[in-house]
Amino acid sequence: MTLARLRCPSVRIERPSCPVPHEAAVATLTAMYEYAETAVEGALAAGATYADARVVVSKQEGIDVQNQAVQSLDRSEQAGVGVRALIGSSWGFFATADLTHRAAAAAGERAAEIARASAVVPGDPMQFADVDVVQASYETPYVEDPFAVSMSEKIDLLVGVTKTMQEVEGIAIATGNLTFYDTTKWFVSSQGHRIHQHIVESGGGFDATALGERESQRRSYPQSFGQYEAGGYETIRKWDYAGNAGRTAEEAAALLTADEMEERETDLILEGSQLALQIHESVGHAIELDRILGWEAAFAGTSHLELPNLGTFKFGSDLMNITADATLPGALGTFGFDDEGTPAQRVDIVKNGIWLGVLSGRDSAAIAGLSPGGMVRGDGYNRLPMVRMTNVGILPGDSSLEEIIADTEDGVYMATNRSWSIDDKRLNFQFGTEIAWEVKNGTLGRMLKNPTYTGIGPVFWGSLDRLAGGDEWIHWGTPNCGKGQPMQVAHTGHSAAPARFKNVRVGVRG
Amino acid sequence: MSRAVDLAEQVLDLVKDRADAEVVASEGNLALTRFANSFIHQNVAEVGEAIGLRVAVEGRVASARTTTTSRESLEAFVEGALETAALQPVDADWPGLASPAATASVEHADDATYDASPGARAELVRAFVDAGNGLLAAGYCQTEGRTDAFANSAGQSVSGRHTSAIIDGIHQTGTSAGTAHAASVAIGDLDGASVGELAARRAIDSAAPFDTKPGEYEVVLSPEAVATVAVFLGFYGFNGKMLSEGQSFVELGSPQFDESFQMWDDVTDPRAMGVPFDTEGTPKGHLDLVMDGVSKGVAHNRKTAKKSGVASTGNNVTGSESWGPIPTNVFVGGGDQSVDELIAGVERGIYVSAFNYCRILDPKTMVVTGLTRNGTFMIENGRITDAVTNMRFTQSFVDALGEARILGLGDDARFADSEFAPGIMYVPTMRLGLWNFTGGAEG
Repeated sequence: MTLARLRCPSVRIERPSCPVPHEAAVATLTAMYEYAETAVEGALAAGATYADARVVVSKQEGIDVQNQAVQSLDRSEQAGVGVRALIGSSWGFFATADLTHRAAAAAGERAAEIARASAVVPGDPMQFADVDVVQASYETPYVEDPFAVSMSEKIDLLVGVTKTMQEVEGIAIATGNLTFYDTTKWFVSSQGHRIHQHIVESGGGFDATALGERESQRRSYPQSFGQYEAGGYETIRKWDYAGNAGRTAEEAAALLTADEMEERETDLILEGSQLALQIHESVGHAIELDRILGWEAAFAGTSHLELPNLGTFKFGSDLMNITADATLPGALGTFGFDDEGTPAQRVDIVKNGIWLGVLSGRDSAAIAGLSPGGMVRGDGYNRLPMVRMTNVGILPGDSSLEEIIADTEDGVYMATNRSWSIDDKRLNFQFGTEIAWEVKNGTLGRMLKNPTYTGIGPVFWGSLDRLAGGDEWIHWGTPNCGKGQPMQVAHTGHSAAPARFKNVRVGVRG
Repeated sequence: MSRAVDLAEQVLDLVKDRADAEVVASEGNLALTRFANSFIHQNVAEVGEAIGLRVAVEGRVASARTTTTSRESLEAFVEGALETAALQPVDADWPGLASPAATASVEHADDATYDASPGARAELVRAFVDAGNGLLAAGYCQTEGRTDAFANSAGQSVSGRHTSAIIDGIHQTGTSAGTAHAASVAIGDLDGASVGELAARRAIDSAAPFDTKPGEYEVVLSPEAVATVAVFLGFYGFNGKMLSEGQSFVELGSPQFDESFQMWDDVTDPRAMGVPFDTEGTPKGHLDLVMDGVSKGVAHNRKTAKKSGVASTGNNVTGSESWGPIPTNVFVGGGDQSVDELIAGVERGIYVSAFNYCRILDPKTMVVTGLTRNGTFMIENGRITDAVTNMRFTQSFVDALGEARILGLGDDARFADSEFAPGIMYVPTMRLGLWNFTGGAEG
């Protein structure tokens, strides 16, 4: 690793549009590694048999505009060190925002103390899979530093799209938002890892809400809660906000007078971002090995998947090919190494409908007798790294949305998520979307409001019979995946394209 | 002077008279001991300081947050916030700063909880696990101790300590799970064994569930399930921003609920958690949300209050600019019936221990979908007869609490985890006349 090549955060403070105060306190890259090393040494001196530490310096900028007025412009920064210590079969984790050697050493000692307390209720002997010990660096490729783009340009963009949406009759609330993340991590383990990473992520979107007598209808673009990707401001520009604002608002207004979706069983065509969330909820969480092993039983839940069935369980139709790929350029769940020092990798999860893989870390993989998948990440310096989705997506098919609609005699086309709910085994789901259209004899018909669909995961995936690809295959991003206690948020990616499912129950409402 | 107060004053001094400024500073620790498969598998703690700053330069508003609190970092932090604000358009709705005002003299804090040791949490976990007599246990024990300070350039300066302690978990058989929860300001109030015993009993009682037909049922909702209902009402309905934008179901002055329904927000209640002021420095007090079934009030921050021509109720939280102000010390009035008495009145219905993964379909009608979890039981002829498998519901929460729909209120009000967050809902068991179950959890 050549330090001079790294994009040191302290460089950016020189940019007038990037006033990030904490960077003045960030001395050098070497110092960051030294804090992490001190934390690890503190844990080892206190009796840990293994320890690792991450110094994380992160900043975030968020802009919210509503009806042409800035609601909030918030910049946040977070810096600190989190250290994990293993004693016997028990883990301890301690984090501090105090980036001094004294505090780092104390954090290591506290982590060891906590690990000892864990032994009051001990488990089986800890297994911890080996991975290559590396000293490396990774940086998200990006074109435009989103923190260097002028604030006025960002605000003008959002004010402009909300103005366009407000001009549509019936629109009461028009909002837009942009959020940018810049995260730098230094990881050190007692086995010799030294890994530096700099992750840049950008995202945003807008929505229009029309209010009726006793209802509200919303349309969003590019997807519900916005579209997020790994990269710089170029990821915002490519979505052509201005060119889509008017249509988005018109659809929201039209929904007020649209017909209600009727409850029935029919062929369901899902728009790509809705399929992405379907993958996230009914596949991504179900394949988390910590859930399968019961480690999330009381909170997030478990999984209907059972390890003895790995390699034989029929998860879906032959068109269902799912990978967890942390190496996809531009996708939100892409990085160089996970927070245990395991390299990012692509893992087959479902191939031709058969369940083949899981999301795992060094301890969970060892228990299951698998290779660690490099899927353990923590949210900031102060959260324990745990199994998280990377980019869990479906590989593209050879059709297109146009062809799928043309090939559908009777069905519905649903777009853009509005609500999501799934049981603790990730079997029974019910999703609502913002909008739907009837499909009759190969063409789109009436607009329908309040669309919902429900099903059971493997049954639903088994009914997948058409799948688009080409430029309709998009790396959708989810910036708000919650998991763990204390709660932490992960950024995950889900490549998807429009798809058709046969005989799905739609239109369920109370 | 506490460290949090010192930090708030430091930041305010750095702003000087260049802007209207408000600072929220906090310091403290959060620790959580997590267990699964009957052993402690994740055990974490953190200590730190955090600062939130909002500045308004001639009506141009920006906010910033940091966890880095050295003097030179704070200087750069303040300058950055001021530079950002200068780039803003003027916010015509900027309500200005809170004037100096005293807060209620309550402190929801306990010294033993503030710095509770990992050993103390582990012992509570051991008691919970042991209560299962070999059942598979999972859950967590959390302690938090924090000091929050607020200061603004209009002269308002308030601070307070607060603590919380929670044990929450499930016991599992091969076919079922049962849940239980306890929360208090003081760790000494928690009894891991009794919480574990209730979870174990529910797991054992639901070990042989059968599929029941979806449809409309009378229900008895445990405090956890009631907390979920209350949190949706509070966040999406009794929210000043949602109301002013026309997105809330609330019609102030209208009898929207059964006359037995009472709901209020009150950090001054001795049972509450938190500090008696919000992140704008406004003192918090008692806020009636529903009285005798009539919607009476909604939560406001300074901006929504100005828009509505009323005073702020002190319900601003981080993120309220987008989400709106929300009540976070919610109480639902209880009754005089025991849980057994509530069940005894049901000819045929369902007892729900907890809901799971609830999501709103439309805030205007408050239609929510979700599932039951960790103990769902059939009630027949006034007693629990069998366990049933988890079910999905799709139900308007307002309709569920409507006129003549509340058939009984329990005498067991307590803190219950709402799925959104523990420690914000203090609610009883509730018997409701109709709940719409739309499907089985496993098809």
